Amino acid sequence: MAESVKIATRESFGKALCELAKTHNDIVVLDADLSAATKTDIFAREYPERFINCGIAECNMIGVAAGLAAAGKVPFAASFAMFSTGRAYEQIRNTVAYPALNVKIAGSHAGISVGEDGATHQCLEDIALMRTIPGMVILNPADHYEMLAATKAAYEYKGPVYIRLGRLAIDSFNDPDSYKFEIGKGITLHEGSDATVIATGLVVYESLKAIKALEAEGINVRLVNMHTIKPIDRDIIVKAAKETGRIITVEEHNIIGGLGEAVASVVCEECPVPVTRIGINDSYGHSGPAVKLIAEYGLDAATLADRFKSIMGK
Amino acid sequence: MDKREKAALKITANKVRQLIIEGVYSAKSGHPGGSLSAADIFTYLYFKELNVDPHNPKWSERDRFVLSKGHCCPGLYGVLALKGFFPEDELKSLRHIGAMLQGHPDMKGTPGIDMSSGSLGQGVSAACGMAMAAKLDNASYRVYVMLGDGECEEGQVWESAMFSAHHKLDNLCYIVDCNGLQIDGRVSDVAGLEPLDEKFESFGFEVIKINGHCFDQIDEAFQKARTVKDKPTVIIATTVKGKGVSYMEDQVGWHGKAPNAEQYELAMNELKEQQKALEADLAEI
Repeated sequence: MAESVKIATRESFGKALCELAKTHNDIVVLDADLSAATKTDIFAREYPERFINCGIAECNMIGVAAGLAAAGKVPFAASFAMFSTGRAYEQIRNTVAYPALNVKIAGSHAGISVGEDGATHQCLEDIALMRTIPGMVILNPADHYEMLAATKAAYEYKGPVYIRLGRLAIDSFNDPDSYKFEIGKGITLHEGSDATVIATGLVVYESLKAIKALEAEGINVRLVNMHTIKPIDRDIIVKAAKETGRIITVEEHNIIGGLGEAVASVVCEECPVPVTRIGINDSYGHSGPAVKLIAEYGLDAATLADRFKSIMGK
Repeated sequence: MDKREKAALKITANKVRQLIIEGVYSAKSGHPGGSLSAADIFTYLYFKELNVDPHNPKWSERDRFVLSKGHCCPGLYGVLALKGFFPEDELKSLRHIGAMLQGHPDMKGTPGIDMSSGSLGQGVSAACGMAMAAKLDNASYRVYVMLGDGECEEGQVWESAMFSAHHKLDNLCYIVDCNGLQIDGRVSDVAGLEPLDEKFESFGFEVIKINGHCFDQIDEAFQKARTVKDKPTVIIATTVKGKGVSYMEDQVGWHGKAPNAEQYELAMNELKEQQKALEADLAEI
């Protein structure tokens, strides 16, 4: 296995765009004055002629992306998740998704791991917003290698895609030599039969560390990395419900409208078993160092291990 | 533009107006006022200005038109039908269940519609994107976008204005159909929009002000827009909402309402009388 790298998924995204642009002339990247933060500046330096800085005007940026797509380009429009999906929600709904235009929307600085900027910039609602839009694909990669593959898959997919990017540098855990990404197909990272944890994004690795710690105590928990939240992988959820009898979801997002509810819907409809949602409990974040915030909100490996045990009655 | 051409355009515009009334009457809903105010410009665009092919509506080198004031699609549908993009009969099922012609433009389902629109302020941004794509590809097609004066109250219009001027989109032409009315009343009573020309000028536009019902002025404006370099153009067209149907003209109540059977007859009779007169004018040339 290749060495683990510690890199924020926003940076992986910027690198992936550059790599794709080498062979795909139709890629155009847009930003709204946050390119240094979303890391589209990596692309802007290499392909300035295909980079459009729209200024601090996200609604217009999404519309411009729609027009570019209608004229045959494959635009990637990036801003903080708060603004790309929040401020420009209706532009995405009516001018991108309703006409099924081939626009890729990136939301960086998603979740509380934004850190010190605090609640106004810690988007905990982006997945919920995007889930309600018919035809929208939602990708939430968990490490560097997954982000590289997801960005490529988003390019190859014809239609609107939302990609969630994180600010915090995180350790990679996927093996690039064997890793395969397919939109809509969850990945079983760890086998287990006592319960299944389904996690997405930054908290996948935290969940993995927690589950490995429990293994030493004789508790065998399955872990599914749900990198695609829409369309959700129904098969892997139903299989987990049938085989393990209990599901716990983990996400760096409001428990309302996110991965947990997407999973719970499938479980309720197809194989009812107890589902517990771990995430942000319908509240706002606040300022602080990212790693401390993750622990405060109970999303670090140590706290997750305790919560998994408690939920399982162990 | 010679007299015959102008007379023919007037007749076509009259037919567009008849299709607007047909469509809105059949739908028992829709937006006749702003469709009628824009009918002459729609006609000029599709029968004189735009390089489009009704037999190949997705032709990649075509000029693009975005109706940012999407609710005025009965007028756009009328002109597209007359141009041959689809049969005129489609107007009779406007807004019906299963109909091709939706209440607001749907680019996926309707040939000739270059952008889905209806939520005000958004079509202009999409038009900017199309014009940018043409620049990136060194393509020669032009992009036109029509918005309403009331629509200019949307902040996104001014985001797009900043963008198109900054990127020197001289292949992009905004047309503001200034009929002076919006749902809640006169634009001048609802919001402080004026001076609209100075606003666009200060954003870096070439500003051309015309009477939007005068084909000579419309023709001159679009010809001039083609010669403008390094900046976008806005044609600010003063129009009469409901133009062509006497009882609808300059009446705020006809923004989004269909005529009843009696009103329909009255409107169609007026328009047919106008058509006769226009055809007589053409015959005399």
